Amino acid sequence: MSSDKNNQWLFALTMLLLVVIGIGIGVSVGSSGIESLQNVWRDDVAWQIIWQIRLPRTLGAFAAGALLGLAGALAQGLFRNPLADPYLLGSASGATLGVALALAFYGGNQFAPDVFVRVGLTGVAFVGALLAVVLTLLLAKGVQHTMRLLLAGVIVGVVMGAMASFISLIRPDVLQNMQGFLLGSTAFIGWSACVVMVCVLMPCLCLAWFFGSAMDALSLGESTALSLGVPLRVMRIVLVLLVALTTGTAVAQTGLIAFVGLAAPHLVRSMMSVKNGSVAMLSALMGGLLLLAADISARSVMAPQELPVGVLTAVLGGGYLLWLMYRSQNQGGYR
Amino acid sequence: MHKTLGHCIGRLTRVLCLSFTLSFLSTSHAVEAAKPAQRIVSLLPSLTETVCALGACNRLVGIDRYSNWPESISQLPRMGGGIDPNIESIVALKPDLVLMAGSARGVDRLRSLGLTVLTLEPKNYADVQNAFKVIAKAIGVPSKDSDREWRNLNAQVSEISTSMPQYAKAQRVYFEVSSVPFGASESSFIGETLQRLGAKNILPSALGLFPQVSPEFVVRIQPDIIMVGEGNLADMQARPGWANLRAMRTGRVCTFTSKESDVLMRPGPRIVEAARLMSQCLVEKSAAQAKPNS
Repeated sequence: MSSDKNNQWLFALTMLLLVVIGIGIGVSVGSSGIESLQNVWRDDVAWQIIWQIRLPRTLGAFAAGALLGLAGALAQGLFRNPLADPYLLGSASGATLGVALALAFYGGNQFAPDVFVRVGLTGVAFVGALLAVVLTLLLAKGVQHTMRLLLAGVIVGVVMGAMASFISLIRPDVLQNMQGFLLGSTAFIGWSACVVMVCVLMPCLCLAWFFGSAMDALSLGESTALSLGVPLRVMRIVLVLLVALTTGTAVAQTGLIAFVGLAAPHLVRSMMSVKNGSVAMLSALMGGLLLLAADISARSVMAPQELPVGVLTAVLGGGYLLWLMYRSQNQGGYR
Repeated sequence: MHKTLGHCIGRLTRVLCLSFTLSFLSTSHAVEAAKPAQRIVSLLPSLTETVCALGACNRLVGIDRYSNWPESISQLPRMGGGIDPNIESIVALKPDLVLMAGSARGVDRLRSLGLTVLTLEPKNYADVQNAFKVIAKAIGVPSKDSDREWRNLNAQVSEISTSMPQYAKAQRVYFEVSSVPFGASESSFIGETLQRLGAKNILPSALGLFPQVSPEFVVRIQPDIIMVGEGNLADMQARPGWANLRAMRTGRVCTFTSKESDVLMRPGPRIVEAARLMSQCLVEKSAAQAKPNS
């Protein structure tokens, strides 16, 4: 037991170290190359590039990835379903719809640096995401059937996505904003977006840790969990809220970034067997690390041009999902 | 050593303060640059062309990936597009003026980084005229010069119109912008040019600038002449009922190369060239229509 614990700490520390290295790389890589870092004390513009552009976007990529990783871990724990992911449950589409509505009525630009705009957008994205998850659960009549849950998630996702497209069609001025939004990007994260994400991430991590043992009990089955005295109802409501809040916050700052929420908990579980609370913490770390790595590659693959990070994670994450399906088929498959 | 350290700490404090003030306060930036801009980044082709038409092409230091006119700018570094402007590259160029569309991503991000950003998104003749005026002011071109340039362009369009034969007038035209299909209505700058050339646009201004057209609508209206980019022609013929459109059957469809389409689609100084292209089409195709009957 204690060696397991030690392993966990070792794993967490290794990842933290990687994150620190990643942030170091993130600060040194970009369109203007390493020169900006070398001239940081001499040149005002280089200083601005490091402090105002690279650092907030690097930290922001980590925070957004951590939010998505946490959302994925919670969704998978709550639904006892290895394919539950903010995207497959429709909550990301819900958040998109929320942002589209807000843009259509408010007429603003979702990448505005104003912290109040940021919080407001996060709010509508949260409401949209929550609505989508609740709708998915209603359509699936609970979480027992994997197939039904995923189908319901896909349906809700498609319908909400279509509604968002409709809004951008009747409001052409929102069209380009929405297009940009669908092409998730970490390139526009400033300090205010960073602050919002960290402020949401911290309490969510604490709550996830708090409900970890309840999720462990749930993994043994509902009746067992009930007999162990787990307040199932409260737990479900809180966890659904957490999934929606974390997804909504990340989506409002970066746009749609696919598959990080799905891949992070899987990677953690494939590397070690740990309890749900630890999975949530480690998945947040892993998600942050994944998106941080993706952000760095997006900046350097085609430098000095940049790739939208959402495109990159969709391609890589899609490949990972396929591999997961193929592997699970060989092992008997998900029902 | 102490001096350097002190300098660094002072700088750190300053930048942190600055960053937080900038992040937390919604800052409004004065649009007018105090002195004429010397280092310009343009992120919209029509604005790039306007800068060049005002004689400040050599002051451009960066452009978006779609700007391709005039030839002399082809070597300039590319800063991405409206959806993905490369913030870091733009800042690294140290521009004193950034021109971009208001709907583009990153406008506020660039402003919060302390850059002077002018947002202009010309959609009709009045907007183009305004863009001339605003850009001229920002780059220090006297307003009488920019006004003269604009009047000159306007006069040329009028000249093209008056030189057209009478039979080429009053044609009912459908101008397709993209294969969704989106068409150009009366109120778009393309529609305005058509109107000045005496053509009748089948898409009324009430539909908006570039409305999405239902294929059935066009079949019912039966335009006399269709204008379309050559890449979209095949797609157009494949639409149900369109191969039998009168304009299609009688060959009264003008196709434009992608270079010509650039000219037609960009509300900037090349509206004269655009008017010439459209007038050529109208004259040629109306003549084809007039002859078989005579």
